[in-house]
Amino acid sequence: MLSSASRPATTTPKVPVSQFLRIAEHARPSIRLIVDGQAVTALAGDTVLTALLLAGRRVRAGEFGDGPRAGLCLMGACQDCWVALADGRRVRACTTPAEDGMELVTR
Amino acid sequence: MTQPRVVIVGAGPAGIRAAEVLVHAGLGPVVIDEQPRAGGQIYRRPPPGFVRIPRALYGFDASRAQALHALFDGLLPRIDHRPDTLAWNVWAGAVHTLHDGTLRRQPFDALILAPGAMDLVVPFAGWTLPGVYTLGGAQVALKAQGCAVGRRVAFLGTGPLLTLVAHQYRKAGVEVVGLFETSDARRLRRGAWSLAADPVRLGRGIAYRARLAGRVPVRHGITPLAALGRDAVEGLRWRDSAGAEHEVACDAIAFGYGLKPETQLAELAGARFAFEPADGLWLPVADAAGRVAPRVYLAGDGAGILGARAAEHAGRRAALATLADLGLDDGAAVPPSPAAARRFRDGLRTAFPFPGHLAAGLADDVILCRCEAVTVGALRAAARETGAREINRVKALCRVGMGRCQGRVCGVAAAYVLAAACAMPVGAVGRLRAQAPVKPIPIGACRAP
Ligand code: FES
Repeated sequence: MLSSASRPATTTPKVPVSQFLRIAEHARPSIRLIVDGQAVTALAGDTVLTALLLAGRRVRAGEFGDGPRAGLCLMGACQDCWVALADGRRVRACTTPAEDGMELVTR
Repeated sequence: MTQPRVVIVGAGPAGIRAAEVLVHAGLGPVVIDEQPRAGGQIYRRPPPGFVRIPRALYGFDASRAQALHALFDGLLPRIDHRPDTLAWNVWAGAVHTLHDGTLRRQPFDALILAPGAMDLVVPFAGWTLPGVYTLGGAQVALKAQGCAVGRRVAFLGTGPLLTLVAHQYRKAGVEVVGLFETSDARRLRRGAWSLAADPVRLGRGIAYRARLAGRVPVRHGITPLAALGRDAVEGLRWRDSAGAEHEVACDAIAFGYGLKPETQLAELAGARFAFEPADGLWLPVADAAGRVAPRVYLAGDGAGILGARAAEHAGRRAALATLADLGLDDGAAVPPSPAAARRFRDGLRTAFPFPGHLAAGLADDVILCRCEAVTVGALRAAARETGAREINRVKALCRVGMGRCQGRVCGVAAAYVLAAACAMPVGAVGRLRAQAPVKPIPIGACRAP
């Protein structure tokens, strides 16, 4: 199953740029968010976690220098996905709907 | 005479059925739910604007899901539904809630808790990397967000969700790089005898597994070793039953070892707990109707994992018991929990045993508590250096289970690590006590309402 590693790097980017992959429910209005200063597009109805992980592979930094984190349970139980808004508030990414204009800080 | 105030926490199958019984008896219960829409995790409804049909979301259970959703919507005029509301404490005859930044105290004459369950996990090296998700989480991404948690997903663990979610991913067109099952073929066969109590569910499980086995590697009796990768998952390392190590490339790992009831609110409401050796878990002690404390009832997977159908029964039972205890019932007999559901659960325990030994065997440098980044070694050192033998004492020493999730995620594994470190049975090291708030509430919300 490691066959992709032996394929030429030009056909498959080795490291995917996003964690999640949208596979259904494409027909929704788009919204724009700012993630670490960069504009990011998402769809109305996405959670903050979905928006972040369609745009990258992290939600926040571990507080103890233990590397990036990106949630675990997606159902509001593990509390691994609390992320800062630019105004200093924190939201639980997996249970908070993404909103147009939201500014998020994952680093 | 004023009506008794009955509060239901949780609007999944158990909570919805409890509300139905109470409404039919003429009451208007308060239904507190953390989710925006009723249905619970299993029959979770996607946000407005999503268009997939129920059959695509819920498979064979589509008609059940729709029936429950319709039932709840029909009850709405008669109940006080409070969605998006966290119940974070039960104290002095009231549920304490948080909604939209506002705290509220909701007194009750009777309280029905239907808080559901979450995945039961055992940590492994690298499990804090982005790309590691619970099986339940992987399913939520698919159902409620139309997303896969990765492009190439490894499925790891044991239990019915393992096969089901892997099947759902493959069907949705996502590459499943393999199904890595910690249980072995002998246990699966033995469990099948009891699982036959629900031939339809068993048949589906076998069919999904067979379909997967024809297309992706399916391995039994494996040991997970590590999620590989520097800043995110790039692979999974595992050991086969013969002891050989392997690596598989993937960008996500979905894992879990069964389900674990959410018991914190029941505990704060006064429930006692007993160790259930068959599950390796501490469960609230409830009578057949779900009574766990005076005027406090527990129903559904929150009481012990029996599944969605049994949860509907349990919700009804708890509501009937509530009516009886409030002196409002017309003598309707409380139906016993279906024997078939219990036999099915026994089958699950046999076929998919919780591999607590994996926790005991973890290396010292593996992060055990994700919230506080406490390693397995730190817990062992705390036990060794102080002689502490009780999990809450060890928590005070090394902060395991002290973070935002209150040990929901790591508590069970922590007990197995501690028990092994002191050579004691796991039931003898105790259980992490719940404290309010059961989930984080913002400091800003602490302005009194
Ligand atoms: S991912 Fe677990 S609470 Fe958000």
